[in-house]
Amino acid sequence: MDWSWLPKFLPLLPHGIFVTIQLLVLTMVFGVLLAIPLGLVQVTGPKWLASLARGYCTLLRGTPLLIQLYLLYYGLGSVFSSYPELRQSIFWPILREGYYYAVLAFVLNEAGYMGEIMRGAFLSVPKGELEAARAYGMSPFQVLRRVWLPRAFRNALPAIGGETILTLKATPLAALVTVVDIFSVADRVRQETYIIYEPLIMVMMVYLILTFIITRIFGHIERQIPVRH
Amino acid sequence: MVAVFQPGGNMIPEVLTFGRTGFADELLRGALMTVYIAAAAFMLGLFLGQFGAMAKLYGGPISRLVAGFYTTVIRGIPELVLILFLFFAGTRGISAVGQAVGYGPIQVNGTLAAILVLGFVQGAYSTEVFRGAILAVPIGQIEAARAFGMSRFQTFYRIIFPAMLPNAIPGLANLWLSVIKDTSLIVVTGAGGELFQATKTAAGFTKRYFLFYLVSGIIYLVLTLTSNFLLVRLERYVRRSQSKLA
Repeated sequence: MDWSWLPKFLPLLPHGIFVTIQLLVLTMVFGVLLAIPLGLVQVTGPKWLASLARGYCTLLRGTPLLIQLYLLYYGLGSVFSSYPELRQSIFWPILREGYYYAVLAFVLNEAGYMGEIMRGAFLSVPKGELEAARAYGMSPFQVLRRVWLPRAFRNALPAIGGETILTLKATPLAALVTVVDIFSVADRVRQETYIIYEPLIMVMMVYLILTFIITRIFGHIERQIPVRH
Repeated sequence: MVAVFQPGGNMIPEVLTFGRTGFADELLRGALMTVYIAAAAFMLGLFLGQFGAMAKLYGGPISRLVAGFYTTVIRGIPELVLILFLFFAGTRGISAVGQAVGYGPIQVNGTLAAILVLGFVQGAYSTEVFRGAILAVPIGQIEAARAFGMSRFQTFYRIIFPAMLPNAIPGLANLWLSVIKDTSLIVVTGAGGELFQATKTAAGFTKRYFLFYLVSGIIYLVLTLTSNFLLVRLERYVRRSQSKLA
């Protein structure tokens, strides 16, 4: 084992961890926000909207995330760069940056998976509770905000925790489109020193610790919300 | 969509034809390779998963510890990192063994390495699927088998295994779909020659990135949708003897 590279490359680690966590949080927050309408229209929406949402989920769940990421970054990126107007516009620094493509790909992908989970969660709320809410004279939006959504969320929490860990494990793909996350630190060590195993072991330890922390956080949140068994 | 179609008005661009100028045959070969690697890795995963679940449920303290370590560590680390690590560690390990035995360094076939690595990862997930499925078998059936004087081994292969199979199918179906998609990650090792690798080569060579990643996405979708179609039928078949839930 050769850890002589550690002092030189250790300072890169905090930034890498920060970027990974940032990717994870952005993906989960926007993924869930997008998943709520995706799940909802599959349960109550008009037929065409429901099948559109179902089609979206099937499409995103049926293809590898890596393909989706490359389609956006290299595919869309190469289309964008063929327009000189775009290259001179103020948006170009954003359109050139792999980070935004990674966030977009992750969010769209996550919404596909979470959409299915939210659909199940909306269905799992007992009908009687919704009827009671309506009987109190709540408008459909009030029913959603006060009863349906909170109850569905509670039911979906364990699945959301699982999805968060799966998303964490998807984040290193961002390193393939030039994002400097934890995984890219190992890549850099390998490129500069030809040491392969030790940096990968370090990166694996970081991911294991993050997984452990996420499990703990979700366990804590779940205990905060009382459930009647 | 500008880049998808050629200006000539041809629906199928020349780069997507078979033969020397097109990449259709390369993509097709890549797709077959993907199915082959995924199937072999899935089988290896089932094999490892069997032992993993048995070790976790019926094993002694040491085998429990090893199996627990295996599933926790593998399932807590990104596949991409694992694949890279196991690929380098595995090929170097096998090579070192070859050298020690006196064969000299063995060149490990990239496809084989990909299968072994993905199978090893799949094994951890299969272990959990099998463990859950076995736990869902009614304990009375197992006790009845014991009461008939069956040995532990007989109980497992005559009673537990067939009874847990329907419970395991949905989880295993998910694993099969994920291993198809995970084959794309092999690209980081530069080995394998599966669909994603073929797509990357074709896209880089022709500079038609959007077109090729789109087409390749459609091929993956066809693979997963076909699998889904067959798996739903398989589940219905293995559940035919179970009573319907209300």
